[in-house]
Amino acid sequence: MTDATTQPRSRTAAALRDAGLTALISFALFLPLVGFQTISNIRNEIVVTTRGVLLVTLVAIIAGSRLCYSLAVDPWLKRRALKAVKTETPAWRAAVGRWFVPFAIGFTLVYPFIVLATSGFGGALKWVDNFGIQILIYVMLGFGLNIVVGLAGLLDLGYVAFYAVGAYSYALLAKEFGFSFWILLPLAGCLASFWGVLLGFPVLRLRGDYLAIVTLAFGEIIRIVLINFVDLTNGYAGISGIPRPSFFGIPFNADDGGFAAVFHLPFTPIYRTIFLYYLILALALLTSYVTIRLRRLPVGRAWEALREDEIACRSLGINTTNTKLTAFAMGAMFAGFAGSFFAARQGFISPESFTFLESATILSIVVLGGMGSQIGVAIAAIVMIGGTEIMRDLDFLKDIFGQTFDPTQYRMLIFGFGMVLIMIWRPRGLISTRDPSVFLKERKTISADLVGEGHG
Amino acid sequence: MDVFIQQLINGITLGSIYGLIAIGYTMVFGIIGMVNFAHGDVFMVSVFIALIAYLILTTVLGIGSIAVALFLVLLVAMAFTSLVNWTIERVAYRPLRGSFRLAPLISAIGMSIFLSNFVQVTQGPRNKSIPPIIQGEYVLMDHGNYAVTLSLKQLIIWGVTAVLLVCFWYLVAKTPLGRAQRACEQDQKMAALVGVDVDRTISMTFVIAAALAAVAGTMYLMYYGVVSFADGFVPGVKAFTAAVLGGIGSLPGAVIGGILIGLIETMWSAYFSIDYKDVAAFSVLAITLIFLPQGLFGRPDVEKV
Repeated sequence: MTDATTQPRSRTAAALRDAGLTALISFALFLPLVGFQTISNIRNEIVVTTRGVLLVTLVAIIAGSRLCYSLAVDPWLKRRALKAVKTETPAWRAAVGRWFVPFAIGFTLVYPFIVLATSGFGGALKWVDNFGIQILIYVMLGFGLNIVVGLAGLLDLGYVAFYAVGAYSYALLAKEFGFSFWILLPLAGCLASFWGVLLGFPVLRLRGDYLAIVTLAFGEIIRIVLINFVDLTNGYAGISGIPRPSFFGIPFNADDGGFAAVFHLPFTPIYRTIFLYYLILALALLTSYVTIRLRRLPVGRAWEALREDEIACRSLGINTTNTKLTAFAMGAMFAGFAGSFFAARQGFISPESFTFLESATILSIVVLGGMGSQIGVAIAAIVMIGGTEIMRDLDFLKDIFGQTFDPTQYRMLIFGFGMVLIMIWRPRGLISTRDPSVFLKERKTISADLVGEGHG
Repeated sequence: MDVFIQQLINGITLGSIYGLIAIGYTMVFGIIGMVNFAHGDVFMVSVFIALIAYLILTTVLGIGSIAVALFLVLLVAMAFTSLVNWTIERVAYRPLRGSFRLAPLISAIGMSIFLSNFVQVTQGPRNKSIPPIIQGEYVLMDHGNYAVTLSLKQLIIWGVTAVLLVCFWYLVAKTPLGRAQRACEQDQKMAALVGVDVDRTISMTFVIAAALAAVAGTMYLMYYGVVSFADGFVPGVKAFTAAVLGGIGSLPGAVIGGILIGLIETMWSAYFSIDYKDVAAFSVLAITLIFLPQGLFGRPDVEKV
């Protein structure tokens, strides 16, 4: 506000000084790693080359955007903050809120056919597989972790371990014993939830950040065991040739007994992809439905009570041990389902798919979604996974920056920085209001600010 | 016995490096109650800065004396890494102070992903290895088939760590900055009321943490001579384990915890299985947190209603 009243000239001067300082700091910041590059020469020695132009460009961009921010964006934001006093939510927003979920479910149901109609059989494969199935896997994992983090308030950074247990259970049992996908799906879920209880048991006393770190350690231990237990898991090389799921006994191949032949359709690989799409959609909806129902049951209420205050929860006679273990077990079970689906879809798994980065991604989806909000988790998964998938095919950037420019390597860079930015922009997540599960007389929307987090 | 003594020497060396990183975790956790997830990657960035500084000093500027070069590398790495961590605190953590507790953790995880990928993009994904900087070793015991040796670089690591710890202990225990830090650790609001600049103190904590990580990074480069963009995560988790083992918030605890973790890791590699050495370190973390959550030297966390 003081900026608006002071002289424009001094404001410009201050902005320029600020931009100059930013330029100086960013120059020093990027000097070692951007200004110099270590490369191997012909004799395989490391030598240093300079990248002056890149460094100057980067510093100029940063200083320029800082100048724009303090001259244009910041005053605008302040003016807007002064104006925004109305608290009444407009009617259209309530209508959007009411119709959003049915619309979203309807859209996901017809999505493969929209894609088929718009981009044909060849192009649709990519859109259904990379965007549809890939995002839905993360939506499902997000829903599963939401039970542990969002409802029970147990911060779990090793969630990918259960995903790995599900994937390896399916892969090994299907390959060794030839069980079908439909038998192994529940079995993988059971095994994963068994591991959830097993790993949950020792950490019952821990809370908050400590719990996060121990679960991270467990996740890493499982990954290292998967790498080194070569006799069982084939180590880094992974397991390939995992049997694919069939359409109620009809395999998706080009044979006479295959799906295409039975239904008198021309053979294309898209049928399997669309089948897998509906499979994961059904699994994700199942997870969501079970979570919604569980929130109304005593166990779900106990989870939310545990999240709010463990001591109060215990003094009310809730068995916190069982409550925590059921949360771990339920969360792990859905991860196990997702894992066995993942193995069946890929046909190949290796420990590389179950790194800490995956756990971090799933957790950030849950937190970005707004801790406990299912719609939020789904939107966050679309933003994060869809966003990074889109960055895979930005080949037109090669025309701008030259042929050596590879947009895919910037994918995780932008992903990481995006996590920071979204946290600063909305620390409470995208959907920060929600309906209470239980209410007296009248349903009121509660803000996420009122919800406790991660103390359990 | 010979193997044991040799592993003891190696373990203390490795443990010194972990201890220096662990101080960064323990200080930041002490003052703002947050696990600075990106600290391992700050350490990795410092190794790269040290690598580049070393190459420039020896090949471009042609400094002949290794001792002078190493000293300059240490200073350069400390300065630039401090700037990096100061910026990280300003950009990623300060706007989230007072926000809900998971937000800084997610932000730190994002920063960790950003840093390792930033180094991958700017410096390439391959391992960077340099020829040994310092050679020379002393044979302590020689029984014909197995000789216990203490190399010069191990001695340097011990010496540098010890000297820095003394300086650092002086900084925290005797200077106004250290007093302000301890005050903020106890109660930030109260400290602000009696005139402590809380923001500046927290910034300085990050700067000191990064400077110590840079010392660890320079030592790491000198000891192993190889680094890649992915080398931040595992040392980071192990240093965190060290901080937890020593009792989070306790500075001598962090160093002793670091040495213990270093010893456990080298002994495990020597007597059990080198493939599972990370499992040993992670298991120590889990076991400590479950059975001794306050660590060896930490204060027990009293829960108030």
